[in-house]
Amino acid sequence: MTGLFGLPANVGYATAGIYAVLIAATLIVWLLRRREPGERYQELADRTESWWWMIGAFTVCVLLNRTVAIVFLAFISYLALKEYLSLIPTRRIDRSVLLFAYLAIPIQFYWAAIDWYGMFIVFVPVWMFLFFPALMALRGETKGFLSAVGTLSWGLMMTVFTLSHMAWLLASGDKVNPVIGGVGLLFFLVVLTQFNDVAQYCWGKLFGQHKVTPAVSPKKTFEGLIGGIATTIAVAAVIGPYLTPMDVRWSALAGAVLGISGFLGDITLSAVKRDLGVKDTGGLIPGHGGILDRVDSLTYAAPAFVHFIRYFFYP
Amino acid sequence: MSKNPFVKLLRLLFFAVIVRAVILVALGLTVRHRERLPKDGPAVLAGNHNSNLDALAIMSLMPLRLLPKLRPVAAMDYFLTGGIRSWFANKVIGIIPVKRGSGKEGGNPLQLAEEALDRGEILVIFPEGTRGEPEILQEFKKGIGHMAQARPNVPVVPIFMHGLGKALPRGSLLLVPFNVVVSVGEPLYGTVTYSEFVSKLQRAMTDLAAAEKLPAWE
Repeated sequence: MTGLFGLPANVGYATAGIYAVLIAATLIVWLLRRREPGERYQELADRTESWWWMIGAFTVCVLLNRTVAIVFLAFISYLALKEYLSLIPTRRIDRSVLLFAYLAIPIQFYWAAIDWYGMFIVFVPVWMFLFFPALMALRGETKGFLSAVGTLSWGLMMTVFTLSHMAWLLASGDKVNPVIGGVGLLFFLVVLTQFNDVAQYCWGKLFGQHKVTPAVSPKKTFEGLIGGIATTIAVAAVIGPYLTPMDVRWSALAGAVLGISGFLGDITLSAVKRDLGVKDTGGLIPGHGGILDRVDSLTYAAPAFVHFIRYFFYP
Repeated sequence: MSKNPFVKLLRLLFFAVIVRAVILVALGLTVRHRERLPKDGPAVLAGNHNSNLDALAIMSLMPLRLLPKLRPVAAMDYFLTGGIRSWFANKVIGIIPVKRGSGKEGGNPLQLAEEALDRGEILVIFPEGTRGEPEILQEFKKGIGHMAQARPNVPVVPIFMHGLGKALPRGSLLLVPFNVVVSVGEPLYGTVTYSEFVSKLQRAMTDLAAAEKLPAWE
């Protein structure tokens, strides 16, 4: 059954659902601001406005066509790697090496796009992992070598390898998800991971008492975490059967995977920010911070969900 | 700058498409205190200098509506060496040439710049005088102090930038993407002696730099 743009009808309903939630959120923020203008809800208003831009870009690019969607996801990866390399200490000698690191992005997303799983899964963790230290060694500067190699390898894994799982899910999903295709799986992953962030934030704001990781991310509470994950499981159970090959119970389990891994990605990036002494990773998205502040949960949720569904549902 | 409508269009396209694509998309600016930027000319935007992209980055902070008024002040000996380079610097970038060292011979090297301010234009100037070592702030030259004193009603806005010296340092043709932090300071006015003004401006720049948490680059 196909609808708008030749896309599966369920994807159309999902998109409409996202915009309905967004409109409702915008109305609530508008009412709050009307009752109490000023600084208090400014950040919330900025965040909501940024959500319009992000959801707009995501839905347009992903729904337009496959190539545009992959290029869009690769561009997010580029922004994330650039933000990461700009935050960490780097050596002048490695300037041209870093240019090669950027070149890894189109190559990795190409493997994902043509659904060559074997190459997609080894390119960064094996080939790039071996290539960059050797390149740096050949250039002959040994001072700070280990930290340069370590930070670059970890950065490539976090910003290129993990995020490229979204592209592979989109490209490979058609064969296991005949009705709704890769788009349905990608929607399920991205929408629920982002929804989980918002749900954890809301539950934490409303009922937060007991801190989970006071040293890393003092705003994270058990109330927010449990409330958020429970909400994500509930929503996953409802939408999973329409967007994925999973039934209600598998969808709920996938919701738990997304909720927990999303939280872990969030605190991992928080630890990095603490270590570097910055509050946000950048200023690209008003109210949110940088791109890494927005995709931090996806760096864990994307590979976790992809390998979960691949293990249980792929042939 | 050129009166030729074709060259004017070329300048608009160059800044609207190529410069903005490189500076805002490929590199990306994180701008702090954008509201401190002047809304119109005359004004002086004084940046720290690390890269050939500095002037283009400052120019892309301003709306395209003000593009015809934006004029980077640039060294004659570096940019006006004849041929296509001179044509590009003059007509497309729209530089105002300054003859380095001519102050010592008794002339006013910033004569043309001051005339531009009188026409209501917005100058982009680098008081360090040269790019020097990437991402290291050098002592400011005195010229900006004399200019501010000569035009005490014109705001001089310090703009601290970090990242362009990593993206495209002196001596390199290879552009490596890095995010750029741009921090805009409060406007200063040349109502004090020129040397006081220079040290005030330099202090403002150092304070803007100190407020940023910048990663090591060694």
